[in-house]
Amino acid sequence: MSGSTGLTMFGKLSWQAIPFDQPIPLAAGALVVFVLCGTVIWIALKGYVPYLWREWITSVDHKRIGIMYCTLAAVMLLRGFIDALMMRAQQAMAFHSGGYLPPEHYDQIFSAHGTIMIFFVAMPFMIGLMNFVVPLQLGVRDVAFPTLNSVSFWLTCAGALLVNMSLVVGEFSRATWLAFPPLSELRYSPGVGVDYYCWALEISGIGTLMTGINFVTTILKIRAPGMHYTRMPMFCWTALASNLLIVAAFPILTATLAMLLLDRYVGFHFFTNDAGGNAMMFMNLIWAWGHPEVYILILPAFGVYSEVVSAFSRKPLFGYRSMMMATLAICLISFMVWLHHFFTMGAGADVNGFFGIMSMVIAVPTGVKIFNWLFTMYGGRIRYSVAMLWAVGFMVSFVIGGMTGVLLANPPADFQLHNSEFLVAHFHNVIIPGVIFGAFAGYNYWFPKAFGFSLDERLGKWSFWLWLVGFWVAFAPLYVVGLEGMTRRLQHYDRADWHPWLLVAAGGVVLILCGICLQIAQLAVSIRSRDARREPTGDPWDARNLEWATASPPPPFNFAVLPNVMHQEPYWDMKVRAREAGHLATPEPRYEPIEMPRNSPTGFVTAFFAVVTGFALIWHIWWLVALGLAGAYATFVVFAWRDIEEVEIPAEEVARLDRANRAARSAALRREPSA
Amino acid sequence: MGSPFTRGVRVIANVEVGHADARRAPPRARRILALLVPLILLAGCGRAVLEPAGPVTRGERLILLDSLAIMLAIIIPVIATTLAFAFWYRRSNTRARYLPTFAYSGRIELLVWSIPTLVVVFLGGIAWIGSHDLDPAQPLGEAAAEPPVAPQPHVAAATALEVDVVSLDWKWLFIYPQQDIASVNRLVIPAGVPVRFRVTSATVFNVFFIPQLGSELYCMAGMAGTLYLEADHPGTYPGLSAHFSGDGFSDMHFDVQAVRTAQFTAWAAATRAAGPALDDAAYEALLTPTQRVRPYTYRFVRPGLFDAIVLQSVPRGAGPRSGRPSPAVRPR
Repeated sequence: MSGSTGLTMFGKLSWQAIPFDQPIPLAAGALVVFVLCGTVIWIALKGYVPYLWREWITSVDHKRIGIMYCTLAAVMLLRGFIDALMMRAQQAMAFHSGGYLPPEHYDQIFSAHGTIMIFFVAMPFMIGLMNFVVPLQLGVRDVAFPTLNSVSFWLTCAGALLVNMSLVVGEFSRATWLAFPPLSELRYSPGVGVDYYCWALEISGIGTLMTGINFVTTILKIRAPGMHYTRMPMFCWTALASNLLIVAAFPILTATLAMLLLDRYVGFHFFTNDAGGNAMMFMNLIWAWGHPEVYILILPAFGVYSEVVSAFSRKPLFGYRSMMMATLAICLISFMVWLHHFFTMGAGADVNGFFGIMSMVIAVPTGVKIFNWLFTMYGGRIRYSVAMLWAVGFMVSFVIGGMTGVLLANPPADFQLHNSEFLVAHFHNVIIPGVIFGAFAGYNYWFPKAFGFSLDERLGKWSFWLWLVGFWVAFAPLYVVGLEGMTRRLQHYDRADWHPWLLVAAGGVVLILCGICLQIAQLAVSIRSRDARREPTGDPWDARNLEWATASPPPPFNFAVLPNVMHQEPYWDMKVRAREAGHLATPEPRYEPIEMPRNSPTGFVTAFFAVVTGFALIWHIWWLVALGLAGAYATFVVFAWRDIEEVEIPAEEVARLDRANRAARSAALRREPSA
Repeated sequence: MGSPFTRGVRVIANVEVGHADARRAPPRARRILALLVPLILLAGCGRAVLEPAGPVTRGERLILLDSLAIMLAIIIPVIATTLAFAFWYRRSNTRARYLPTFAYSGRIELLVWSIPTLVVVFLGGIAWIGSHDLDPAQPLGEAAAEPPVAPQPHVAAATALEVDVVSLDWKWLFIYPQQDIASVNRLVIPAGVPVRFRVTSATVFNVFFIPQLGSELYCMAGMAGTLYLEADHPGTYPGLSAHFSGDGFSDMHFDVQAVRTAQFTAWAAATRAAGPALDDAAYEALLTPTQRVRPYTYRFVRPGLFDAIVLQSVPRGAGPRSGRPSPAVRPR
């Protein structure tokens, strides 16, 4: 905050912030602006604005919010994947040459790739699936705090928008996806990049923390009658564990980045080289959040696999209690392993040994989970729908990622492999086959639930194979160059033995690109032929848990009457009884009007002010900071003094929707050959 | 690089003959290792890990291969079983038995918890012993020949060559306090003699790493880490920074020249005879960010310079002058 820049009307912001002199970022920025403005103008011209505002932007329905989260994740996946393509192309070209990306740009790209893929792809995808599925599986109408849920989503969007703004206005962080000081301190990163990074994550991190609180409350306090803890579907268990981790870990991230911001904005010395600052403290703090974070991502994916493997094997999940214990064990141990991210700092043999062993211990419950899915498949009747393919692809690939993880957990091995491309291959080997395959399995599995029609199987299978093969072609070579001593984040190199492998890796990314294109095609084809793909009963997979016990897409109130849970697989139980009796298991209930939370623009408006405040803070436009904060406070006041909280859905409407679904289910039951 | 086949033979031969590194591996484990090495070669011939040039890398390679062998013994059957179950229990297979309610078996539960637990107990033991034996601050030489469980500091310290390593923006400074000379971007060491490195940074974090000689260690301002390494034979080994340190990071590599002791003595004497002196002014000039600095040497180092850098009583790395929007930030 030097005097010369802090006093003008627009702070540090000037025309120089637009990269007119750099063709690649300029073109990328122009493309983003063009696509965004084009989409907005198209929506406005088509007259969709009122519909979008009424049904989506202001919606507090957990299903709508879940779908919006997944959409955000899908869009950001494209952005993060373009970064990946550019990096792989750079490393393939940069043998004995500078490649096509200068270091100051390449450094932004790998920082943005990591930041986007973790915070704005993996996180929103998992949170989106939890949002959509958890209340349905628990047999309830919404989450505990519906409006807060909307605020969470829009704050995540605000963070994503800030990250993308940095393409056009200024620069993004060049200090890696975790902004390690002292590199990220003002002295070594004087630009606005690290500020973009910090404020984007502060804002979206608050959103994530509120999601965590919301879901812990929902799962602990709001469940259908009879839905005991030991009857909850495994996805709810993993969601609970993941959200407990969010509640425990995200405050660490927020506080750590706040300390870094204090260093950068007002001259504190938490992590600086001088005046008693200690950057090692940042390493400890950021990984005390960072390691639980990977389990925050992978646990819901484990939940998805549990649902998918069980449904498509036509069997209950094997070892339910064992899975429950394994989930909670992972939840607990994930807080005791963070030091393995910096064995090479010289902490000493005892400390390294302890954290090495703890990091291996966490592989035990993970291994148990793999075995339990294996025995879920044992004796099953497995249908290879797309979701199941993703699950089997996960099981085969993930064990190898887990194995290399345990290798790295061995301190002496890590002394050789820390920060190498071997490490890069390892964590992609757990995050892509683990989290991303899980997200795609969930997407293919629950898409018919969300929209009432299923996705194209053929294109889905092709995209799966391209992803799977592409993944291995892209990352197996990185294991090799890692063993050959190649460190990560190199902008160029002159080692002939690395070059062929990096060319192969670039080819792998192209295969993944084809996989992504086929996924887009799958969506487009499925939407165009949606009428032929409809499933009137709402249960296209003959699945086992409560989310399938209602219509697809579910009505706003989810269930006309809250189900009475008497079994670990309540919906399967209902179907068994119905098949035995020859008619629906429950008689038509007496319909009553249902009160649902009223839509609210609070989330959207809050996020608007969050973007304004964040942008103003990044560029030191202090009057705008004040304005943004005042706006956010005013939004809170307006929300707190609201008069009408709920809308009533009349009994006739409830009856109409439910009767249609019951009729479809009865018809389907009559068509079935008797078991 | 040689053909994969000859490399395979050579590496297998290493394992079979059994160097000092194989001291903890029973013969059977070595045979298993020998069988597994071609497998790893299929995955790729890692020059750094599979071509060790010093006792530390050899030890680390052994641990890596041991752990890999132990885990592959579990992982390969798991993958095979997954594929077998996935194939056999497909819906169209009418010969597969459908067990629609099979969801619990105490025996299987016991098995699935004990297999990973036993593996981890085994690997955990390796990790604990390995962390102690291969602790970077553990002196080499006498101490390493007979593996002690408890660290014995300073046993071989007297015989070790001392080198003080300073990471700068974006180059390496190697100070030889016993010889009173310094070298930039080239490290010359005698082969067969343990080297005691003290590492620090005058700027942001870096990691000092010579893949073929062994362990990485962080260079951090205000702190000095200790690392013992040794090269078996004369040769040139690549070294690099293994922690991103800014725009000039990719050029932070250097050559390590391991030479015969007599050659080293001659090199030190020649270095003392010519070149600039590393006094405070010369050190401050080094702090300016530069890239691709050609290796050169200093005939004299001002006494106590390394300690002054660690204690931060001399200036620190300046960093770039400003960020974007000013174009001055770009190093080129």
